[in-house]
Amino acid sequence: MIRADELAGLRRKAAEMRWRIVNMMGSNKANHFGGSLSVADIVAALYFYKMRYDPANPCWPERDRFLMSKGHSVPAQYVALAMLGVFPLEELPTLKRLGSRLQGHPAMHQMPGLEGCTGALGEGLSYANGMALAGRILGLSYDVYCVLGDGELQEGQVWEAAMTAAKHCLGNVVAIIDRNRLKAMDETACSKLLDPLSARWVDFGWAATEIDGHDIAAICDALDWADTQEQQPSVIIANTVKGKGVSFIEGQPGYHNGRLSEEQLQQALGELETALTLVRDEQDDKID
Amino acid sequence: MTRLTETRYAYGEALLELGRQLPKVVVLDADLYNSTRTVLFRDAFPERFFDVGISEADMVSTAAGMAAAGLIPYCNSFAMFITGMCYMPLRIQIAYPSLPVKLIGSSSGLTQGPDGASHQALEDISIMRSLPNMVVVSPADEVETRRATFALADWPGPVYMRLGRYPVPRLFDEGYHFEIGKATILREGGDIVLFATGHMVCKALDAADILERDRIEARVVNISTIKPLDEATVREATDDVALIVSVEEHNIIGGLGSAIAECLSAIADTPPLLRLGVRDEFGESGLADELLTKHRLTGQLIAEDVHRALRRC
Repeated sequence: MIRADELAGLRRKAAEMRWRIVNMMGSNKANHFGGSLSVADIVAALYFYKMRYDPANPCWPERDRFLMSKGHSVPAQYVALAMLGVFPLEELPTLKRLGSRLQGHPAMHQMPGLEGCTGALGEGLSYANGMALAGRILGLSYDVYCVLGDGELQEGQVWEAAMTAAKHCLGNVVAIIDRNRLKAMDETACSKLLDPLSARWVDFGWAATEIDGHDIAAICDALDWADTQEQQPSVIIANTVKGKGVSFIEGQPGYHNGRLSEEQLQQALGELETALTLVRDEQDDKID
Repeated sequence: MTRLTETRYAYGEALLELGRQLPKVVVLDADLYNSTRTVLFRDAFPERFFDVGISEADMVSTAAGMAAAGLIPYCNSFAMFITGMCYMPLRIQIAYPSLPVKLIGSSSGLTQGPDGASHQALEDISIMRSLPNMVVVSPADEVETRRATFALADWPGPVYMRLGRYPVPRLFDEGYHFEIGKATILREGGDIVLFATGHMVCKALDAADILERDRIEARVVNISTIKPLDEATVREATDDVALIVSVEEHNIIGGLGSAIAECLSAIADTPPLLRLGVRDEFGESGLADELLTKHRLTGQLIAEDVHRALRRC
């Protein structure tokens, strides 16, 4: 279980991540603001709380693995990796520029710390299963965390993978659904029926829990709960807000891959700075 | 009488032996392990065998994750499904990071036979050849298949190997050394050159025998690695001939013939290239030999087409 002082630090990390995500994306460029912001708390909890991970040795064979199956949200992972020191923070603004290691979607062979190549939705959970099965064969006891979008669940291969994980009782696989209820064009529910989502995963042989995906304590508790599921894979359905943290981006499908004017960028960074100050004060109060 | 073997059988036996030698080899199949002959590996190493069921995309993505973690996965299905059902994961999860996943396409080509167009892969070489980092291997007989099965494990990146269920004679002796990217000249002759791959190598040799009776000396080159193409051997083998012929059990668009044409297109005064194969059509149900006859891919019909082309030269 996460301690109160750890929790305050983690909230601050998540708030810092949000500021850095928007700052690296900048103005007048199309970027995946919405999904990167909705998943930020989850990514913070994984890297700064849960995972066995040595930033100085991102290829350590026994490390826990994190795969961003919804590859368009990889900016959130880039920021976390840079904050951990896997690569320099100064490299963040090169996102999607020619010659950058920070490709628009993850390129594992170019950037240390990325466990796989994703970007075409629906393929990551199978890959996570493969890493988990390999751990079993190689006698390594790592866990594999795979973040999927709820829109991504419309891809059929996700459910093939869900059945494979259940068949092999992959207790070391944890799927986390960033359930922001939006896809590129409109609401996820506009095209396919996902509900009752939790029950569907249970029917597929998974242990399931549902949380507020912006409640860091709840995320940490859910990740700890997943550890106790040794005989079956577990899924955490994290209810989130797409674009969380920036008032005019929140809940707007247009910012799935949208563009900010310079003025909007400054407003967004201002809101995120305020949030960061608030959690910083909160942390100071706790330490006092 | 010449012993005939299907390359898939040679592969199944070689894979079993490879499994004995290399503990990092794992095998995945998609509900076809009897046809693909991975059943032998399954029975010997159940803890390293995964039948993912009827979900080819899930199979190759799972294999990619295994490869990223240090294993050497061999994925198996019919050639049509392993290239057709899985293109996107093959492209992004395997070819792009160059992970060492081995993709084995069994029952390829027209000789898949009675199942018809849905099961007859005639575009697989074309699809796989266009993927960066992907190697495309198409062995001609049982010996070459066995050697290639082992060579794949040593290759650091992804490989697609095309196999079949058509009995072919043994062309190589046990001393044969297979190397990825190396073509082999099986017969010398200075009038024409026949480039062939897979099942068509024995047909090209049959054609060369028939042509010899008509005093046409045909050189026969086995292109068992279609990508990377052995360009030096291809160029040398075409140096002195009046006609170049490619023979493949595949669409003539994008396959062996295209690869040869790409290689030779920058060379001035190259002799004409006759591309024999399936002429941009789908297959259909029928017996393997009936289909090969219909598409003019027997020794006799290849020889006739060579005669016709030579008359035009």
